[in-house]
Amino acid sequence: MTNSRMRGDNDMGEGMARKMIGRRMSRREFAKAGAGAALAAVTAAAWRPAIAAPRTIKIGYVTPRTGPLAAFAEADVFVITEIRKHFAKGIRVGATSHPLEIIVKDSQSNPNRAADVAADLIVKDKVDLMLVASTPETTNPVSDQCELNEVPCISTVAPWQPWFFTRGGKPETGFNWTYHFFWGLEDIIGVFADMWNSVATNKVVAGLWPNDGDGNAWGDAKIGFPPVLAKNGYRVIDPGRYQNLTNDYSAQIAAYKRGEAEILTGVPIPPDFTTFWNQGMQQGFRPKVATVGKALLFPVAVEALGDTGNGVSSEVWWTPNHPFSSSLTKQSAMDLSQAYEAALGKQWTQPIGFAHALFEVAADVLGRTQDLKREAIRDSLAATKINSIVGPIAWGAGPVKNVSKTPLVGGQWRRGGKHKYELAVVSNNAAPGIPTQGRLEPIEYKS
Amino acid sequence: MAAAIDTILQGVLLGGLYALFATGLSLSFGIMRMVNVAHGDLIILASYLAWVTVATLGMNAFAAALVVVPAMTVVGYGLQRYVLNPVLSDDPLPPLLVTFGLSVIIQNLLLEGFSADARGIDAGVIETASLALGGDLAVGWLPLLVFASAVAVIAGLELLLSRTPLGRAFRATSDDQTVAQLMGIDNRHLYAVAMALACAVTGIAGIYLAIRTTFGPMMGPSQLLFAFEAVIIGGMGSLWGTLAGGVLLGVSQSIGFRLDPGWGILTGHLAFLAVLVMRPQGLFARTRDA
Repeated sequence: MTNSRMRGDNDMGEGMARKMIGRRMSRREFAKAGAGAALAAVTAAAWRPAIAAPRTIKIGYVTPRTGPLAAFAEADVFVITEIRKHFAKGIRVGATSHPLEIIVKDSQSNPNRAADVAADLIVKDKVDLMLVASTPETTNPVSDQCELNEVPCISTVAPWQPWFFTRGGKPETGFNWTYHFFWGLEDIIGVFADMWNSVATNKVVAGLWPNDGDGNAWGDAKIGFPPVLAKNGYRVIDPGRYQNLTNDYSAQIAAYKRGEAEILTGVPIPPDFTTFWNQGMQQGFRPKVATVGKALLFPVAVEALGDTGNGVSSEVWWTPNHPFSSSLTKQSAMDLSQAYEAALGKQWTQPIGFAHALFEVAADVLGRTQDLKREAIRDSLAATKINSIVGPIAWGAGPVKNVSKTPLVGGQWRRGGKHKYELAVVSNNAAPGIPTQGRLEPIEYKS
Repeated sequence: MAAAIDTILQGVLLGGLYALFATGLSLSFGIMRMVNVAHGDLIILASYLAWVTVATLGMNAFAAALVVVPAMTVVGYGLQRYVLNPVLSDDPLPPLLVTFGLSVIIQNLLLEGFSADARGIDAGVIETASLALGGDLAVGWLPLLVFASAVAVIAGLELLLSRTPLGRAFRATSDDQTVAQLMGIDNRHLYAVAMALACAVTGIAGIYLAIRTTFGPMMGPSQLLFAFEAVIIGGMGSLWGTLAGGVLLGVSQSIGFRLDPGWGILTGHLAFLAVLVMRPQGLFARTRDA
């Protein structure tokens, strides 16, 4: 915008210069010409939005393509390829179609690197809109950079509390430039508790919470699992936080066995859960229920448990059976996951829906914006109200103004037909619109 | 009482795992005086080799060693002969930097080739089977097997080092490579053989790692630290020392974990520091420093 207006001024200037060379100008004539030129420039500027010249719109996308978090970004290549295909002819803003450029940067699963590439995208590439996904380690530094540099930013795939409060968010004021959609700790606690209701247990819960962002939030004595579980009549055995990639869990196993825990929960990283699980089996810890976040999200991680993976359970943000469809491509959740499986030859994973939804929101925001100034895009973002492939997204109705919550259900991995294990939804207490495939069943051990 | 026995027992078994991870490092450290920063990544490479072997040939997880160990031996020989030997000198820095670069390269090649998915090998019931020791005590067969393998590997290597001409050449080169060269020892070949042995052990470690947990391309460096500590505690050049170092580390961690799951790693490091303060050369150092 600024550039084109400056060009307009130059044209006027040249015109005036030519006139002056042609013949001598009186002072009065000069003033008149000047005023006319100014008027013309003003009118031209006022009219320009209606006939906006196409210019490339840049969307920055920061994601952990490599490193320990890379499993979350597995679907990115597929989703971005589809989105680029969809917008090959440009993206509509008002009445004009602009070319769309998506610039993807790898955070390498490192928060510092995430902040660096976000700054690059803002300062060097001058992106109009930032997208970011996958765990607080990625969303938080990028959102912070955007808030600081006043660039609109949409984030997802991180529970909202670690995204909002860890960044120093105050519920009264919130943030000006950064918006987030996902579920929160209160949802996951509710889902887990609802799942456990369908299995008869002694209500003793073993907590396996590591010393990292998620583990500390989940195990927190005020905002985490322990107080809510205690209120619902559960007894929690919490031996304390441990370091990620610990090689020995005998201490925890001994404590759980002593307390006769029948339910296991926690948020370990995948290799740690496998080590723990195998050691638990060796040392005689066999819980009836194992509902674990993060480690059991991806089918390959469950397959890696071998036969003992049957019956473990996890939180579910998205499945092909969710009754939602894309506002962009009109694909249903089932269509999208089948397209993914056909393109990559791998089992679907939950981030597919959310990566797609990020671009749905981005396209919707850009479609409604008044002009391409950052403020206008931000205002359009704040007023978002769409039905996406992960459910309705609208800011304003959430727990704080920058957070929109998407539905969360609970699922159990069961031996399947097409894939070794299939994720069956077993709790939809919080989102009754999402169909279930039964109730949680206790894990069966062979011997 | 049972809890105390359990703590020590699990700690010793954990030590066996650390010793197995550390043996290859101990060899290259003791003979070439070279810190191999890519050691952890070589273990992960071996894990992937094992995974591919099991997935494509349908072999038993343990039988995969027949493929993985020879393959890693070749990798080790080639690596030392053509990549690391040219940068070996009195200056310890160049090989350190080269192995550091190698570590990054291996991680990213694995990521390119295998994606970031967590992989694991299913070895069947042995993964979860255990031996009841009466009372509430039970130890898994797998940790026992790992410990036994560590002892067997180290016993074998010690025999090789002390009883064979090759071993004598290793020790001679370790003590003074210039004089050894004057006596007609071909350093380049000898170092390559040492690295081949180190990588063969790495192959065994990689298979066990793949069985006991899931692994990803980036997990290598986390394996390096404890292996390194085990070597330093045990003392340079002594493989039994490495086993002792691993066990000391494992038991200190195990005791720490019982006090609080957050302390285990710390007590391990404290034990390491204590040894460094009291015996900087390590518990059973055998090499001489010129």
